[in-house]
Amino acid sequence: MPKQLIETFSVEWLQILDEDGNCDEELRPSLDNEQVKKLYEWMVLARTFDEKAFKLQREGRLGTYASILGQEAAQVGSAYALRPTDWMFPAFREPGASFVRGLPMRMIFQYWAGDERGSQIPEELNDYPITIPVATQIPIAVGAALAAKFKGDAIAVMAYMGDGATSKGDFHEGLNFAGVFAAPVVFVCQNNQWAISVPLKRQTASRTLAQKAFAYGFPGVQVDGNDVFAVYRATSEALMRARAGGGPSFIECLTYRLGDHTTADDASRYRSPEQVEQWKKKDPIDRLRKYLEKGGLWNKAYDQAVSSQAKEKVESAVHEEESFPPPDPLDMFRFTYQDLPADLREQMEGFVNANGRRDQRE
Amino acid sequence: MAKLTVVEAINLALRQEMEKDPRVLILGEDVGKNGGVFRVTQGLLDIFGEARVMDTPLSESAIAGVAIGMAIYGLRPIAEIQFEGFVYAAMEQLANHAGRIRTRSRGRYHCPLVVRLPYGGGIRAPEHHSDSNETYFVHTPGIKVVVPSSPYEAKGLLISAIRDPDPVIFMEPKKVYRSLREEVPEEEYIIPLGEARIVQEGTDVTLITWGAMLQPTLQAAALMEQNGTRAEIIDLRTLSPLDTETIIASVKKNHRAVVVQEAPATCGVGAEIVARINEKALVYLEAPVQRVTGFDTIMPLPKLEKYYLPDAGRVIEAANRAVNF
Repeated sequence: MPKQLIETFSVEWLQILDEDGNCDEELRPSLDNEQVKKLYEWMVLARTFDEKAFKLQREGRLGTYASILGQEAAQVGSAYALRPTDWMFPAFREPGASFVRGLPMRMIFQYWAGDERGSQIPEELNDYPITIPVATQIPIAVGAALAAKFKGDAIAVMAYMGDGATSKGDFHEGLNFAGVFAAPVVFVCQNNQWAISVPLKRQTASRTLAQKAFAYGFPGVQVDGNDVFAVYRATSEALMRARAGGGPSFIECLTYRLGDHTTADDASRYRSPEQVEQWKKKDPIDRLRKYLEKGGLWNKAYDQAVSSQAKEKVESAVHEEESFPPPDPLDMFRFTYQDLPADLREQMEGFVNANGRRDQRE
Repeated sequence: MAKLTVVEAINLALRQEMEKDPRVLILGEDVGKNGGVFRVTQGLLDIFGEARVMDTPLSESAIAGVAIGMAIYGLRPIAEIQFEGFVYAAMEQLANHAGRIRTRSRGRYHCPLVVRLPYGGGIRAPEHHSDSNETYFVHTPGIKVVVPSSPYEAKGLLISAIRDPDPVIFMEPKKVYRSLREEVPEEEYIIPLGEARIVQEGTDVTLITWGAMLQPTLQAAALMEQNGTRAEIIDLRTLSPLDTETIIASVKKNHRAVVVQEAPATCGVGAEIVARINEKALVYLEAPVQRVTGFDTIMPLPKLEKYYLPDAGRVIEAANRAVNF
């Protein structure tokens, strides 16, 4: 028996909007002008939020924060394709997606300010809270997708991750599981090329992350993650396929983390300013602005309005967070189980008594 | 009334809960066609089909993670981890998500799942198949830990675990999977979580134990009885939350206590029990609380396991230390 070729794969790259705002109209997703403007506005809001969060941290008004600078299109474009009935599982660098979903901005500030109420997702949103342990949200998202399939709900689940997540066991276990059971889940990888100080080439010897999907038996595509049209198009198609019973997909959004890993990091220790400058030229917001301008949908007055509205929303969210009543320490105990066990109740009562005495001394 | 083994009693509980609640489903390695490596899920695939009895890939972390996702979505998954020695890969999911999600989402999400986990030694199993690692779970807030000691107990406790709104690690003592038979009612009954039971009343010393260790403890008590020492035996049933009240009441009455556990000594549940007795009943004690435990060693392979596992003789020695102090 001669050797035979029994399997091949090829990885597609999708870019619709280039760095100069030129658009491939054949590939452009069917969004009307208002929707395209909305994408722009969401991205501006995400960036305005990000700038404010960074400043607040430097002023000591926010804890450690993970910047999304440069990744707005990957987040907004993918989340914009979701329906309210779909479920969304973020990692920890997707506030841009959470805003599109409808998560109050106050809650993201609250989370990074160290208040659990920032993860108390409103009842009407099918979103999981931020997940910090890398890749652990992936199997959970697959479980939610399989539960939806089990119940006959024609929805899809979206799971975000970064490039570092693809090195973790839960990435393999989760994607493999999803493939085996044809789970209605879309994996969106924001490949920002850095996991703190470790570059992509130390995460994988693969040419792309997208190709990993083929080993799990489902489609993977690499898109220009700074091109909101490409991200939106790839995600919408994958979500529609998932909702219709077509199983999982993997979307690698090739982007770049323009900022530090978090406010506790200094990226100048491990990467060159030239590389950062090179990626600034691929800015996702700039290129959509150029596109809008070419189509007569952008002018300075509009831009000022978008920018001042974004600032207003962010300031109002900061105000809301900072004037929120402080959390009740007893919440530590109350939410451990549905019913407080006797021993935990005793610990809580001990805490209350000790604090009462402390208050009297003060 | 039928006399069942622990395996049969668990199988019965699973079947009845699945018949009653369409949200209940089983996932794990070999749980479907093979009926589980211990045959605990035997026959369930034929009754409930592949959607509710899922043979999964060999992925402990994903089994736990997928079960968490299902629970959050509104199902009642029962995940089987084949042996306790393989649960460590699932630990991140259990500690970082299952136990935390109610707290971190301030009640928006909760995680009603059961992880069935055969544990313990004494069945001449290969390496990594004989540990008693309950402490990891007991030490993890947000998770409940249940360890039945007999067929009747197993059925009633498992039904409670399945209906519980919080994640439950249900540790099944392999040693008594088939070695005990007991009358188990066909009709439904539940044993509430968090309530220990007095297996036998006594006045001279309190023996506190759980799971597979109940059998050597019972043997010890029977031998002690012949010498006129009447031991009270507490089967904890639930290790988290602990039924401190029952322990303390018995210790206050009998003034002497011994904890019997299969797990290593250090930071074992026995250590926690000794601490609680110190906090709540020190002045009632007439002897230091004794511990009978496995050693702080790696669980040996079958040729040495009999030297590791506590037996009736070690329980009697410890009880004598307490009684003759």
